[in-house]
Amino acid sequence: MITSSVAELSRALHARRLSSVELTGALLDRIDAANPTLNAFLTVDREGALVHARAADARIAAGTASRLTGIPLAHKDVIMTEGLRTTCGSRMLEKFIAPYSAFVAERLAHAGMVLVGKTNMDEFAMGSSNENSYFGPVRNPWNTTCVAGGSSGGSAAAVAARLVPAATGTDTGGSIRQPAALSGICGLKPTYGVCSRYGLIAFASSLDTPGAFGQTAEDCALLLNAMAGHDSRDSTSVDRPAEDYTRLLGANAGAKPLAGVRIGLPREYFGAGTEPGIVQAIEAAIAAFRSLGATTVELSLPNVDYSLPVYYVISPAEASSNLARFDGVRYGHRAAKYDDLMDMYKKTRAEGFGAEVKRRILVGTYVLSHGYYDAYYLKAQQVRRLIADDFQRAYQSCDVIVGPTTPTTAFCVGDKIDDPVQMYLNDIFTIASNLTGTPAISIPCGFDGKGLPIGLQIQGNAFAEARILNVAHRYQQTTDWHRRIPAGFAP
Amino acid sequence: MNSQVKWEVVIGVETHTQLSTASKIFSGASTAFGAAPNCQASAIDIALPGVLPVLNKGAVERAIRFGLAVGGTINRRSVFARKNYFYPDLPKGYQISQYEIPVVQGGSIAIVSPTRGAIKVALTRAHLEEDAGKSLHEGLDSHGAPGRGMTGIDLNRAGTPLLEIVSEPDLRSAEEAVAYAKTLHSLVRWIGICDGNMQEGSFRCDANVSVRPAGDAKLGTRCEIKNLNSFRFMHQAIEFEIRRQIESIEDGGNVVQETRLYDPDKNETRPMRSKEDAQDYRYFPDPDLPPLVIDEALIKRIRAEMPELPEPMAHRFVTDYGVPLGDAAQLTVSRETARYFESTVKAPVGVHLSGKTAANWILGEISARLNRDGIEIEQAPVRPNEFARLLARFQDNTISGGIAKEVLDAMWTGQNGGDADAIIAAKGLQQISDAGTIEKIVDDVLAANPAIAAEFQAGKEKAFNSLVGKAMAATKGKANPAQVNAILKRKLAG
Repeated sequence: MITSSVAELSRALHARRLSSVELTGALLDRIDAANPTLNAFLTVDREGALVHARAADARIAAGTASRLTGIPLAHKDVIMTEGLRTTCGSRMLEKFIAPYSAFVAERLAHAGMVLVGKTNMDEFAMGSSNENSYFGPVRNPWNTTCVAGGSSGGSAAAVAARLVPAATGTDTGGSIRQPAALSGICGLKPTYGVCSRYGLIAFASSLDTPGAFGQTAEDCALLLNAMAGHDSRDSTSVDRPAEDYTRLLGANAGAKPLAGVRIGLPREYFGAGTEPGIVQAIEAAIAAFRSLGATTVELSLPNVDYSLPVYYVISPAEASSNLARFDGVRYGHRAAKYDDLMDMYKKTRAEGFGAEVKRRILVGTYVLSHGYYDAYYLKAQQVRRLIADDFQRAYQSCDVIVGPTTPTTAFCVGDKIDDPVQMYLNDIFTIASNLTGTPAISIPCGFDGKGLPIGLQIQGNAFAEARILNVAHRYQQTTDWHRRIPAGFAP
Repeated sequence: MNSQVKWEVVIGVETHTQLSTASKIFSGASTAFGAAPNCQASAIDIALPGVLPVLNKGAVERAIRFGLAVGGTINRRSVFARKNYFYPDLPKGYQISQYEIPVVQGGSIAIVSPTRGAIKVALTRAHLEEDAGKSLHEGLDSHGAPGRGMTGIDLNRAGTPLLEIVSEPDLRSAEEAVAYAKTLHSLVRWIGICDGNMQEGSFRCDANVSVRPAGDAKLGTRCEIKNLNSFRFMHQAIEFEIRRQIESIEDGGNVVQETRLYDPDKNETRPMRSKEDAQDYRYFPDPDLPPLVIDEALIKRIRAEMPELPEPMAHRFVTDYGVPLGDAAQLTVSRETARYFESTVKAPVGVHLSGKTAANWILGEISARLNRDGIEIEQAPVRPNEFARLLARFQDNTISGGIAKEVLDAMWTGQNGGDADAIIAAKGLQQISDAGTIEKIVDDVLAANPAIAAEFQAGKEKAFNSLVGKAMAATKGKANPAQVNAILKRKLAG
């Protein structure tokens, strides 16, 4: 029972077949047992979790509970949580206690979710393998010699190993969807602006998007219902009427529930470079969509191949500026010994940041510098617009776009860490939705020959979350990939 | 270079005007001056991880008000950029400012130049930005630890809204630069966007100064002088800088483009940083702030709320009240002074008061008493209605000008309820306007002072004034001076 989905656990809690205290306690024990292997959690708040679980049980008893009340949750350690250590995977914030909570953390707490701890991540959310964490890599529950993906690797591994039914993440270039794919779970990146960024430690402000991990598309929808909403403290937060993201899950009951849904298949997502096992699984998934009544449309996104270079100009540029506040003056790490102000800056930042963060700060500083701005940053923004135009054209002929989430399944710890470009290429299919600010989900759609999970990405136009969740949910009604639990983590 | 060359001075001024919003430009923290260090710094001002800026609409409205007041273009879409540099009092490691597209472009300020008369100084732009905090290098309590070399950071000022107003290099002397700064200073207070408090740093000017041989079209190399926190220092600093640049060129050297700091103690400017080590600020649009879009309706509303501006008001004072233009310009240096004047001349005292007289008295007598007491005109103990009654008595010859000053003093200290008529009656100060009485007094003065009368008749004009003085003294100043004059003239001529 305790390894069930959010929706199932919610029913059990409301039926009083299970208490939040029982559930939370049992999952805390699972975390204690599994974390030495997986390194998914950086902070576990047993006491706080049990306090919140008791409060949740009281709410359920009083009849004032939401569907999420009493459900244990983990936050990626990029999300500020008042009174709890928030490290962002960095030595810079190794001992930093957040003095306030992020908007999404407040919303999920308000819904009654029980925060059990903070999950490991690539330092400042920069990475695709979680090997850039100051606190060491996260291991993949399906094969602990492999990475869990990144940057939200801890959240993905925790949900995959059934240590928590749900977790938050942030997605700047694929940091929710890629680890979801590599770990065999669902990861939803909403439309930019649907969830406030207030309280997310910024990496690349125009791309950073908070989102959710769960076993099912339905669970992601339930979490998004609580996380979404206008926040006057984030000027990029969209002010639209609240919507129920579960509303289309059960639409069109019958043999052909996806009748009328047009699935776009971009040529660019089906070229060489993707592992054959992945291609096979994606083709099987497309066949399943057709049998559910969907039609498919082949199309082209001519500029999408520029996504990666565009991303690696814009995101480091914004990061180089966003990370300037970590200067040792007001909080966080400060070098123990220094000669003068400049020396303090240099030593503090040299010691506090890891290699990948430094690499991106250097790149970002370079592309913004005088004489290079037009050739790099400005050009990248122009191409970003062209990529967005490609997608707008595509959505005139389809409702969702489907393809692989990643070109490979999980790789071994240490395999790509010395080759940044190979590492960056793992995000080749996910980056475009960040550049265009549009929603996407990765859901499990099979396993490769090595028994590693494969992710299917479903992208939609801005604010089309309910539609992509509908397509994902209908697929999960006829498949059981999402129900598989990694051996060794079965209850 | 030939020292016979006539030099032309070229000056442009950048002014950081602190906008009078209650809260900061991107956070809800108070902007009030004088709080204990770091007590007015919110999570946003100290740049905690994860915080985001939200633009204060009050700051935008004030910028629009300024743009309308100077006849500039209000850009319907302007962009906030990040100016990146490391400094301990810059918490984010960047300053949010407007770079490529400012909220206001163009416009002008009309000033009176001591040499060129009325001129218009063109404005380049005015843009919104946030202020930095303060670094405190001295007097730092290090709580027992060795304090040497420690720097304290006070972030109360961080995030204070500023409107940076940039003039074109249209000014040709230190006097013109000061006249510009003073006019701008009174304008920003007039339209209520800045309290103008220079001691507290609410109005800070930097001057870009260069010199070139008169007639040259090409501008000379400029230096930017910072830290001009009073009009007097501004004048001194520019004067010094002009001399320094001319001497440097005439000695065969050249001017290096640099930022210089004015030291009022030594009355000199010193280099702060040169262009060679100028920082690359890596400006880029702030992704946390969407472009600032200003709609027509907002501009329309602000335009409707705009007070009458000083320049048109001065012209109206000339036409409506017959005030000389110079006086009208002085009356419109602040809204309070202008309001005092207009309330005075419009006061219901039964007679039509002369605007010219009222202006004279406000700029002379009232102003002198305000200066003496160190108070502002809105705190003057004599209110316009009361003052108007005094002027009415002067105008209808109940009292002379000299007596009126005496009555004003009594009113100032609140005697007889500050009422001019009551004071005049109580002190028996009514003017003597009876021709017979005055004639007798004049006769007595002439009889007592034959020598002075003789001097006048011998052509010594000044002797006349002496006789008038004696007649006035004989009546304790109550005699109508015009009548004394006329009668005395007639008698001496006869």
